[in-house]
Amino acid sequence: MTIDTFPPGVLLIFGGLVLPFVSSGVRKTIVLLLPLLVLWSVWQISDGIQLSLSFLEYELAIVEGDTLSRLFATVFAVMVFGGGLFALNQKEPFELAAAFVYGGSALGVVFAGDLITVFVFWEVMAIGSTLVIWSAKTPQSYRASIRYLIIHLLGGVILMVGIVMHIQNTGSAEFGAMKIDNVGTWLILAGFLVNAGAPPLTAWLPDAYPEASFSGTVFLSAFTTKTAVYVLMIGFPGTEILIYIGLYMIFYGIIYALLENDMRRILSYSIINQVGFMVTGIGIGSEMALNGAAAHAFTHIIYKALLLMSAGSVYFMTSGKRKCTDLGGLFQSMPITCICGIVGALAISSFPLTSGFISKSMIAQAAVDEQLFLIWMCLAAASAGVFLHAGIKFPWFVFFQKDSGLRPKDPPWNMKAAMIFFSCICIGLGIMPEPFYDLLPFTSDYEPYTVPHVINQLQLLLFAGLSFFLALPLMKRTLTISLDWDWFYRHLGRISYQLTTREILNIRQNLLNLSSYLIKLLIRLTHYYSGTEGTVARDASLGTSVAIVVTALAVLIVFIYQF
Amino acid sequence: MKDDPQQHWLVKPSSIKILWRVGLFILAALVLSDLIIHTHSAFGIDGSFGFYSWYGLLTCFAMIVFAKLLGFFLKRKDTYYDD
Repeated sequence: MTIDTFPPGVLLIFGGLVLPFVSSGVRKTIVLLLPLLVLWSVWQISDGIQLSLSFLEYELAIVEGDTLSRLFATVFAVMVFGGGLFALNQKEPFELAAAFVYGGSALGVVFAGDLITVFVFWEVMAIGSTLVIWSAKTPQSYRASIRYLIIHLLGGVILMVGIVMHIQNTGSAEFGAMKIDNVGTWLILAGFLVNAGAPPLTAWLPDAYPEASFSGTVFLSAFTTKTAVYVLMIGFPGTEILIYIGLYMIFYGIIYALLENDMRRILSYSIINQVGFMVTGIGIGSEMALNGAAAHAFTHIIYKALLLMSAGSVYFMTSGKRKCTDLGGLFQSMPITCICGIVGALAISSFPLTSGFISKSMIAQAAVDEQLFLIWMCLAAASAGVFLHAGIKFPWFVFFQKDSGLRPKDPPWNMKAAMIFFSCICIGLGIMPEPFYDLLPFTSDYEPYTVPHVINQLQLLLFAGLSFFLALPLMKRTLTISLDWDWFYRHLGRISYQLTTREILNIRQNLLNLSSYLIKLLIRLTHYYSGTEGTVARDASLGTSVAIVVTALAVLIVFIYQF
Repeated sequence: MKDDPQQHWLVKPSSIKILWRVGLFILAALVLSDLIIHTHSAFGIDGSFGFYSWYGLLTCFAMIVFAKLLGFFLKRKDTYYDD
């Protein structure tokens, strides 16, 4: 096996495992060069199965190339590079090691050609991401990482059962399009959706991601949800229920982000919102919609990482401030962080000339092409809502609004360089979409820049902006969180645990009482029948004894004969 | 309100007033551009005058109000889960 057929994901995982054991200088070199080597090796993978392995009676396709997997792998590799550059001054070496294992396993999933390989990398991804959260080394991050791990292991078990049933049904482990017409495929879909942040298990994402370090959250935003988008695109394109799940995620993200006070939680809710657009696109399932979902996953990874880098820089330079109520007015002392944050905010809002505009519009166009009027209306309202909750809310409350009096400087050079690099990608893709469109799974002649489309989009977004400033009194930040589905396992779970503990103690006491009563009864009965005056102890005549034995035998014979 | 010379120009009340005026002018220009530019309508309603303007404004208001109302039920102090 040469370097160009070696699985790029495994290459990154090995690199990650080496990181904690080398000196700081070597570590920085590996962090910057290895992702580029991985990117190169991604592009050496041609179509079809490149590496297979026999396991039990199955032939596993460890590396199988196609347009879609190369597209996702490309953006993953770019993400690892940008995230690594941003995290270069991270003092905790285990975080980058975990992030490389995490990114490498995500690459493993997108090149996997069979369900068993998907599952193995899926689980490595869960462990890698948990360790990224854990690396923040705070009590909050530890607890959040355990809650995160429980949800993902649960999702993994659901997925595994589904895969086993599917292989039983079809006799093949091949990973291709499936129909949800049996329990196995339903479970596979459910397992995939857990990682996408779909309802009801949406809360793990805003619960866990913001607890990672300033650089850890940047990595987390990219891989888990987008590999879920990838596997949904391969496994369940055109599955109608995904449209409605996606729409729920879109509006859930907007509403919860509007209520939220913590800037990194705002951006986490907005990940669910953006993945909602992709899931809706996959549900629509036309070539335009799937192209849109794939393109949006690509552009979203870059601009969401950029937004979280901007938030991470603020978090880093203010020694851990992340609540909107504590921030404000930072544009004066952090101009580069502010401008890069605004570029990310414009891209996520799909402003013309940014990457979001050329990707998200394809999903809306697919709804038009398929004549899905209500879904199109929802998507249009949601586009306006994205500008509201992420596009303006994040920069406004962090960099403008009231002056918090804080005057942190822009972060170190590597963090600035990472932000500027990702800002350039956001604008570059927005200005020149054609070469990017050529990388998409289906050929299309979609033209995003028509005069009416640009004007319509500007009307939608700028009036959304107007509504933000008119309704500003309604948006006053409070020191609050909002209850979510995790209440059921974090609060109701605890109450029911306490209740059950009390009940178990009650039941235990009752059982003890009952058993001591039964023992006493047994002693009394034994005494009654076998005691000195008891029935068994009394003498009986020979005739009576014979009569008893014969009757007993007769009953036994009749009984045996009858049955 | 008088401007404080120490302030950054962007936060001076006089600049904020100018920004509002420029902003409102751009909004008006965008709505009026519907008179000149003919939008190809896919569903009928999206071809009506200034559709994207009023639809963006109204749906955003609706989402803000809905979030506000939901907040009465769902908001808790941010120490809610802390032991």
